Amino acid sequence: MSVSSTFALVRKDVHSEFRTRYALNALVMFVVVAVATILFALRSDQPTSSVLAGLYWVVVFFTAMSGLSRTFVSEEERGTTMTLQLVAMPSTVYFAKLIFNTVLTFSLTIAVTILYMTVFSDTFVIQSMSTFLVTVILGSLGFASASTIIAAIVAKANTRATLYPVLSFPILVVLLMTVMSATTKALDGEPFEGAVGDFQILAGYILAMTAGSYLLFEYVWKD
Amino acid sequence: MKAVKFVSITLITFVLIAGLAIPLSSNPQGWLEFPNIPGLEQKARNILYHVPIAWTTVVAFLVGTFYGFRYLKTKNIDDDIKSVSAAGLGFMFCFLATITGAIWAKFNWGSFWNWDPRETSIFILLLIYGAYFALRSALETEEKRAALSAVYSIIAGITVPFFIFVMPRIMSGLHPGAKGDPDGSGPVVQLKMSPNMLVIFLLGLLGFTLFFIWLFNIRVRLARLEYKRSVHHS
Repeated sequence: MSVSSTFALVRKDVHSEFRTRYALNALVMFVVVAVATILFALRSDQPTSSVLAGLYWVVVFFTAMSGLSRTFVSEEERGTTMTLQLVAMPSTVYFAKLIFNTVLTFSLTIAVTILYMTVFSDTFVIQSMSTFLVTVILGSLGFASASTIIAAIVAKANTRATLYPVLSFPILVVLLMTVMSATTKALDGEPFEGAVGDFQILAGYILAMTAGSYLLFEYVWKD
Repeated sequence: MKAVKFVSITLITFVLIAGLAIPLSSNPQGWLEFPNIPGLEQKARNILYHVPIAWTTVVAFLVGTFYGFRYLKTKNIDDDIKSVSAAGLGFMFCFLATITGAIWAKFNWGSFWNWDPRETSIFILLLIYGAYFALRSALETEEKRAALSAVYSIIAGITVPFFIFVMPRIMSGLHPGAKGDPDGSGPVVQLKMSPNMLVIFLLGLLGFTLFFIWLFNIRVRLARLEYKRSVHHS
């Protein structure tokens, strides 16, 4: 694996993404639709911080599930998988896709945060910014670390769109429960120390998932 | 394998009869009386069936993941046959553990499902098996199916320590060993059973494990025959 070729692949993905804006447009629309549905359901109720934290990650989860598989599915659809296999090592491809997915998830959480702060201006108030930022950064990394290898698996299967959330959810449950708990703490304004335990779990999860995916990616990627 | 079959059937029959027949007593004398645990009473007998089944679920999962891992190393289709056979049995035992646990929970804790950490874990394990079989049916070529489902079962296996070691500590729960348990929390629950109950419990563990080995053997043999037939026909 070389760093320069990894970033070259990330640049390639960013370029092709901006050329078609497929994932970006679809994801933004998905976020808007999901949040609108939640608003219809809640009407004028004042949800508690734990409900809002849960709904926040529900939107992030389903949006990520509709977008993150693109990284590999698009290679299969355009028939560029073979070329990529020839020009780059599996680990290079893996880390490039991991970085791209992390960036995509992180921008997704930013978008959802801004939208939530606008529509739930009374209840979605981030009282502990440091806790929230660390949660969102670790959460994005965790999402990407688990779902990149699943995306690579799903790209080889027949029923990609439905299979992706089905395969990802059991793997992501630990992460979802932890980030929901940490986000609730951030909204309630608990001191940063109160969420350190959650961050340790998240860090362990990210390390385990990235290491496991790195070792297994070759078996998925090579035909 | 014949010995395994007879020993497992004998052990399970013995555990079933002894576990149900030995009377409870508030002041147990000798080997033919179980202690009466307040709050559990007659329901305590389920520990002799529910826990060995849950234990076998874990064994089956580990066996399935192990053979998946071996397939990736050897690329020998027989390892995939073993892996999927263990997964099928694991799914069955997982289902049984969920059912026996839910019934016990209904009569002990008041409702069939409480999202206690262990209940959450077994629910996730059911989902993992569901996803595993969904993935297998969506892959057409045999090598791809074997390799990708092996990768998935290993990735799923990576999350298992989080369920066993981490989640019971951050969530409060009803099972022994959860956060807030006066006897201390931890993945390995201290066995504080009376000696006679402990013997029956351990025989139950052994019996169900041997039962799994026997069923596993039958399923592998059957799957090999089916595989041979499918190769022959195509």
